[in-house]
Amino acid sequence: MEFFIDENDRVDGIEKVTGKAKYFAEYQLPGLTYGVLVTSTITKGKIIAIDTKAAKNAPGVLDVLSHLNKPSAAGYEQAGGSPMKIFYTDQVFFNGQPIAIVVADTFERATYAASLVKVSYEKTAFNTDFEASIKDAAVKKLQGAPPYVRGIADAYKTAEVKVEQTYKMPVETHNPMELHGIIADWGVNDKVTVYAKTQGVKSTQNTIANVFKIPAENIQVNSQFVGGGFGMALRTWPLEIAAIMASKQLKKPVKLIITRDQMFTMVGNRPAAYQKIGLGATKDGKITGITHTAFGQSATYENFTEGVVNMSKFMYDSENVNTNYYVIPLDMGVPIWMRGPGEATGAFALESAIDEMAFALDMDPLDFRAKNDPEQDPSQKRPFSSKYIKEAYKLGAAKIGWNNRKNKPGSIVEGSWQIGYGVSVGVFNAGRGRASVKGILKADGTLVLQSATSDIGPGTGTGMTLIASKLMNIPVYKIVFELGDSSLPPAPSQGGSATLSTVGSAVNDVCVALKSTIAELAANSNMDATSNFVDVLKKNNLPMIEKTIQSSQNNPEAKNYSMYSFSIHFVQVKVHQLTGVVKVNKIVSVGDSGKIVSPKTARSQMVGGAVGGIGMALTEEAILDNRYGRYVNNNFADYHVPVNADVPDIDVIFIDKPDPIVNPMGAKGMGEIALIGFAGAVANAVFNATGKRIRSLPITPDKVLEA
Amino acid sequence: MAEIDKNQSGDTRRDFLKKSSLFTALSLTPLTVLKAADQKVDERFAELFEKIPLNLKVNNKAYTLKVEPRVTLLDLLREQLHLTGTKKGCDHGQCGACTVHVDGVRVNSCLSLAAMNEGKSITTIEGLAKGDELHPMQAAFIKHDGFQCGYCTPGQIMSAVACVREGHANSKDEIREYMSGNICRCGAYPNIVDAIHEVKEGGKVI
Repeated sequence: MEFFIDENDRVDGIEKVTGKAKYFAEYQLPGLTYGVLVTSTITKGKIIAIDTKAAKNAPGVLDVLSHLNKPSAAGYEQAGGSPMKIFYTDQVFFNGQPIAIVVADTFERATYAASLVKVSYEKTAFNTDFEASIKDAAVKKLQGAPPYVRGIADAYKTAEVKVEQTYKMPVETHNPMELHGIIADWGVNDKVTVYAKTQGVKSTQNTIANVFKIPAENIQVNSQFVGGGFGMALRTWPLEIAAIMASKQLKKPVKLIITRDQMFTMVGNRPAAYQKIGLGATKDGKITGITHTAFGQSATYENFTEGVVNMSKFMYDSENVNTNYYVIPLDMGVPIWMRGPGEATGAFALESAIDEMAFALDMDPLDFRAKNDPEQDPSQKRPFSSKYIKEAYKLGAAKIGWNNRKNKPGSIVEGSWQIGYGVSVGVFNAGRGRASVKGILKADGTLVLQSATSDIGPGTGTGMTLIASKLMNIPVYKIVFELGDSSLPPAPSQGGSATLSTVGSAVNDVCVALKSTIAELAANSNMDATSNFVDVLKKNNLPMIEKTIQSSQNNPEAKNYSMYSFSIHFVQVKVHQLTGVVKVNKIVSVGDSGKIVSPKTARSQMVGGAVGGIGMALTEEAILDNRYGRYVNNNFADYHVPVNADVPDIDVIFIDKPDPIVNPMGAKGMGEIALIGFAGAVANAVFNATGKRIRSLPITPDKVLEA
Repeated sequence: MAEIDKNQSGDTRRDFLKKSSLFTALSLTPLTVLKAADQKVDERFAELFEKIPLNLKVNNKAYTLKVEPRVTLLDLLREQLHLTGTKKGCDHGQCGACTVHVDGVRVNSCLSLAAMNEGKSITTIEGLAKGDELHPMQAAFIKHDGFQCGYCTPGQIMSAVACVREGHANSKDEIREYMSGNICRCGAYPNIVDAIHEVKEGGKVI
């Protein structure tokens, strides 16, 4: 089927709209069996006994595995250490922990049999109460990052004007639409094939190799299509190891798909956060001190930290900055980076406080930001590789109609609704790693590119194809980019907005190498240097040429610069005066992330980040019942991700100017900045609409009414 | 499953048969079945009795099947007929990823037991294109980039086609409302709305 409306369409679009795209759970293996997990119903303690008699006797059941009868995983044999070693412990660390797997010949039979497993426990006291733990001196706090001081600590306290506030965020869950799981097939001679939901096929391969102490080459990881990740598929979770153990034991392929409620407990979350910001400024609006103290939720059995306080160190020009970041180990599943990760958490607090200060100074919040925009990175004392944030302020302000905004809150009323405008900035490191790409240039005019990278949705294949198409002057439909296969040349996991920069650089380098080989061949066969590669290959009787290139991790110049992508989110909200309902009316998101390689998919990514931001700002909150250590809203009916009716039309503007340092394309990542800062823009707009400052996400009607 | 430590699921068919034989007419429960229950092979006998014959059409192809009554239409499509275009997102009718047409009406196939679909005609995403020619809604989703990861897409498209046919696509706001049963976590909603709006305004009968 050849169907291209234009070259910017997704290269895998047809597969996705026809149902032909195969996600991990959709591979048909002969003799496939089904695993279903049994999970702990206590929050902390010890498993005393597991009665599997009834389950084993149920029709179609092949086995029930737990810590009592698992097969050996050599990497788990030594005592102690992190991460949690599934089936190598009788300890329960959190509610909903997988403690056994039932395998049967059909999904229904495995599900029924899992309900027959009876577990008895010895319970011990537990703590899942994040907010209470912050104030409780008896609860252990760990340093999440070294304390940072520039100039004088807590300088804001002596400033002419000061803002000192606390900002709260609940647990959020990634909840991609595709349920997590794996198909594991442990074959003869310890050859293992898995169909995984992963953001990194090489990372999955290495984890399995380490757990079972078998050579990485023995393990084939397939993950061509991934139904969303947002960070939760950046590691191999214990449940995946459980399925592999079951396959090893039974010598049959085992498919395990977890349930939506299990997506809340065993595949990570964005940690709850409690942040204090102290901000000091002169009366004419110059920031003199920033103090950012953050607490994040972590787990007792594994630790998790992220970049919550990073942005406060360099986004605004202040002589005095100090930050502290602590994590609190709780009896809950361990968190993992969720889109925008800690930076999105930090940006909500900092950008709310910036808005509060602008209001205290009676300044337009855009003017206040512009006035404190640093010429260079004040934390590293070096220039930014590129930064067009003031231009972005102007473009976005014009598009949203910022001049309609009144600095006095509650000034605009339409019927029962109050209207307000808000703005916030997002920033994320423009990282670039090392990757290898193989290019196969064929005499039939086609180019095949291969790399063990992933596409969880941003359009990796599309972006890479466009980079190659431009460099090689080959139409996109004659280029195939293969990914999601651990046997391909290695690439890092898809995370931290680095794939386009990292793998794109390797695509660039391999294309340059192929072109130079073609030029040599042309010269050797007395052809014109500009000859088409098809003619050159034919003249030389070559069906194809191949090159594999490992890209360098950086431009050598990079160490002299700070490299970041920036976003500026503008929103107009309306707040209902009687019900407190907040609706986002208009969104303008401006991306300052270098050259845009793939305009259509890049725009979609910005749109998607804004939608995620609406969820973070207004609806998303995983609520824990601290008496039992369980989530009470662990489903899509009660945990509210944004739906179509929550989302207005979204305008996306790109600065689209190449960064001269980061990589040959001049393109910086943008998956994170699409979301970072968005929630702050909404909170600031709600204040502008109503005069009510909501410092606790999500901004639900009850909070608006009570404020 | 969440209550395994204290649930009553040990109350099996075996217990039920015994109780029913004690408290109701013995003649209703043949001796062989009771014996089987005692020998714990009742589940295996039951398996033979408990499959239900099912005739249905999927994408215009007729199937004659025997299914357990607890099998959902979604799991029948995915696990038995290997039509994996229809996706499982929540299994609770809360996300719309499993949307198919049953006799032309959009339905969450995870909330429909396969056995309830006797004689019905199911259309899945695999049955929407005419050979190599994409359905206009599929083409519009590509044009407007109405997806990212693609996992909710088959459900979105099946729902979108029904939304237009129902006459619920007369404005962008109406589309937003009538497409709110289909969650897209990548956040492609504005693009999805644009795609549906264009197909509707195109005026073709779809």
